Amino acid sequence: MTGYLLRRLGVGILMLLALSVLVFIMLRLTPGDPIDAYINPSAPMSPEALAELRRRLGLDQPLPVQYLAWLRAAAVGDFGFSTQRSGVAVLPLVLDRIWPTVLLMGAGLAIAIVVGIAAGIWGAVRRGGASDLALSIFSSVGISSPPFLTGLLGLWFFSTQLRVAPSGGMLTPGAPFSLWDLLGHLILPACLLSIGHAALIMRYMRSSLLEVLGQDYVRTARAKGVREVWVILKHATRNALLPVITLIGSTIGIAIGGAIFLESVFNWPGMGLLLVNAVNGRDYPVIMCATLVIGACVIVVNILTDITYAAVDPRIKVAA
Amino acid sequence: MTARSAGPIRRAAQRFAMNRQALLGLAILAPILTCVVTYDLWWGFGPNDIDLLSINRGPTAAHPMGSDGVGRDVLARLMQGGRTSLMVAVISVAISTAIGFLVGAFAAFGGKFADAGLMRFVDLAMTLPPVIFLLVLASIAGTGIGPTIIVIALLSWPVLSRMVRARLLELRERDFVVAAKGMGAGVPHLLLRHGLPNCIDIIVVYATLQVANAILLEAGLSFLGLGIAPPESSWGNMLNAARSGTVLEQYPWQWMFPGGALVVTVLAINFIGDGLRDAFDPRSGLN
Repeated sequence: MTGYLLRRLGVGILMLLALSVLVFIMLRLTPGDPIDAYINPSAPMSPEALAELRRRLGLDQPLPVQYLAWLRAAAVGDFGFSTQRSGVAVLPLVLDRIWPTVLLMGAGLAIAIVVGIAAGIWGAVRRGGASDLALSIFSSVGISSPPFLTGLLGLWFFSTQLRVAPSGGMLTPGAPFSLWDLLGHLILPACLLSIGHAALIMRYMRSSLLEVLGQDYVRTARAKGVREVWVILKHATRNALLPVITLIGSTIGIAIGGAIFLESVFNWPGMGLLLVNAVNGRDYPVIMCATLVIGACVIVVNILTDITYAAVDPRIKVAA
Repeated sequence: MTARSAGPIRRAAQRFAMNRQALLGLAILAPILTCVVTYDLWWGFGPNDIDLLSINRGPTAAHPMGSDGVGRDVLARLMQGGRTSLMVAVISVAISTAIGFLVGAFAAFGGKFADAGLMRFVDLAMTLPPVIFLLVLASIAGTGIGPTIIVIALLSWPVLSRMVRARLLELRERDFVVAAKGMGAGVPHLLLRHGLPNCIDIIVVYATLQVANAILLEAGLSFLGLGIAPPESSWGNMLNAARSGTVLEQYPWQWMFPGGALVVTVLAINFIGDGLRDAFDPRSGLN
């Protein structure tokens, strides 16, 4: 198990390095000179001063050297300064934004997992019935609706029509911090984020459970006289959960995408909003750092998924 | 030989014609496509015609879907937007399908090192959230129809390349391919004559579902202001208007109609794609 973990961690670090190379190259392919960000447009500089500045920033070096210099600084947490907000260091700016996003995604995923699995079980048990049909229709529409559209609809309905939800943000500005205030702001975007995921989880859970319910050991359990509720919850659901766990782990990327859009709709001060604003303002140090932090989170989640999978399914010997 | 090779395709077509959900998808998509392609022949307003007597008005007889903040007809913009969105989606999927096939083919036929290198790259591209790449690429490419097509095309090929590679690796060992190779066929011949026809099911299903995905990607990018820029209209940038609280609250027709068109179109294409998948691979539809 430890060897497996170390190997997965090693691969993860390699992927992170590869990602940093990729993003570094992509950002240097952009039209425009990176030196422009350091020049005051209203005060023209002499070519000598420009060359001096270029030399001081290391921009006269070949690309691989620039990359290594960037990497050496990044390894000790120095990602440079934001070009959009002058003098603000990038790393604290990005790290500050992690927990709001984690909160939003965590709440959204938790709702999606509970609702999706319950609805999937219900659909499989009531296969072909009216409620199964209704759930299938909900799931098809949920998968086809982009998060920013459900976000707009939810904001319009709950905030402008019913007036029961705040119109965005994470806390009421100026008010003292309170958990209720936070929850009141969190509940709507989290529920909206969960829609697409619940739909996907439900679809997988339903078909996986239907497959398991046709297995011999389920028939055996029924023949032994085990009550139907136990057959479904204990014998069938536990086995049907396996592919669903893989699905949940592999859709974490989609969840991040959804969170980015919902953060834009709800003005939620997370990584997504930061990244979108950085892209709009071509703030490359922030884009670079945020991309790497998100990449690292995804890689860690993937490793955790594999471990959970091994814990739930004893047939898998991770040590092998 | 041609008559016999039409067999599996014809059987798939028959299975597709029996699939109610897929037919429903076609029935929804056909009128949308017709409207979007032909609207300028029969609709009185152009997407950028300004009617100063009707600014931010709700649905009326003259403007059945209302008008926007500068007096443009929402219905006309909706249909022109559909044209833009569908065109961007179809062209970008065509490009990414070609890239996906070529990369998959190169991995399968290009030797061990090409294979390992390409597949690790695909792993990397698949691990990371697509939206992140989308944003990074968009920050480089800028806004407009051309850059948006390129961004979406560059994002969508990795999954296809992996499926094509798996199919071609299997095909490479089949007797008829070994025989063709033995008779001196080169790689281009093997790929076009044997590889492509035997991957056609993967490609058709993938491309169909990917069109739905590409429509959503375009809408997402334009919604964030990074895709198609006004005055050009697309479903995404019509939704972008709703980021203003006034439009969201007081002029819902300006964003609800494009939102509805988006969801209905994507749903219909997903139905068709699922139907095609079940038609090509009858086992996948058993549960």
